[in-house]
Amino acid sequence: MAELSPATVLEQLKKNGATHVVWLPDSETNFLYVLMSEEPSLDLVPVSREGHAFSTAAGLAAGGKKPVILIQNTGMMESGDSLRGWGLGMNVPVVMMVGYRGWTRHGVINDTAAFYTERFLHAFNINYYLVESDEDADRISIAFAEAQREKRPVAVLVGDEYHGFNVSR
Amino acid sequence: MMKTAEMLEIFKRHRGDAVVIPGRGGRFWVELSDQPDRDLPLGDPAMGGHASFALGLALAMPEQRVVLFDSEGDVLMGMGALPTIAEKAPANLYHFMLDNGVYATTGGQPVPNAEQMEYEVVAQGCGYPATYAIDNLEDFASQIEEILGQPGPVFVALKIDPEIINEPINARPQWQRKTRNQAVADMQAELGIQPPA
Repeated sequence: MAELSPATVLEQLKKNGATHVVWLPDSETNFLYVLMSEEPSLDLVPVSREGHAFSTAAGLAAGGKKPVILIQNTGMMESGDSLRGWGLGMNVPVVMMVGYRGWTRHGVINDTAAFYTERFLHAFNINYYLVESDEDADRISIAFAEAQREKRPVAVLVGDEYHGFNVSR
Repeated sequence: MMKTAEMLEIFKRHRGDAVVIPGRGGRFWVELSDQPDRDLPLGDPAMGGHASFALGLALAMPEQRVVLFDSEGDVLMGMGALPTIAEKAPANLYHFMLDNGVYATTGGQPVPNAEQMEYEVVAQGCGYPATYAIDNLEDFASQIEEILGQPGPVFVALKIDPEIINEPINARPQWQRKTRNQAVADMQAELGIQPPA
């Protein structure tokens, strides 16, 4: 299966006018860190708890900026009230790129983080798109457009743990 | 100890054109403010998030002074926001924190270790370049100009009287005069901010 390259994801963020990346490192998206930190058009805002990502994004959006949130599914679930109050409650048009820890393509899931991820998004009525390889990258643009149109968070699930981005070259 | 409204009355004289996020002081601030389109009285979207919201707002508009009146309950719940604020170091952010020692809106139960917490020390340890602890109106009045006259981020712990609310939520007076989204839209219009396309 083709891989999801960091450059492809970064290109999607730039193409869609992201100004700030509010993030907490995780094993699915750590590949992006070096590229993001070297990209002058993006301002990185590191948080220590994923719930802060939603309130930070709400403030950035209120001030006219276009943040994207980069977190892991575990932290997303821990952030439920912040997602409710700051993300959904304040109609923040933000794409949340969520590392899909434990995701497999064959339906046998042994990680409860993965087991509950889509159920959690369903509970909050948040639409989501799965991105596993470069061929899926246009779904990131679809998510940006939907977030802007619907004025609410939209998720992109990054199903590439310890694959693709994380392969040493 | 200070009455929140009396403290805010003094602050108002020094506000200038700052955007004010009144936080838990919102019910008092809406009665005092004469620039409501520069106010974001959001109430409580989700506890613990005001500091991060203020950080985002300050980063988004670095030329605009942003003043937050946080609470100690919010800071305790979202303490991890302090290192992020210190690292990003927005020079336009002034972070006041109302400390009454209790969860006033749930009946006045004490916050953890209420008697011994030194929030200004916590903020200093997180990397805020300037921190203050003030427990009376006279000191607040004499220091507010200095506080607002320096680059942020500045953290100010304020000892205030508990003004406890214990009615069921649906029975409480509604102090908010507009919705959260309307408050944001009014501020954006006032400051000429265009939401991103």
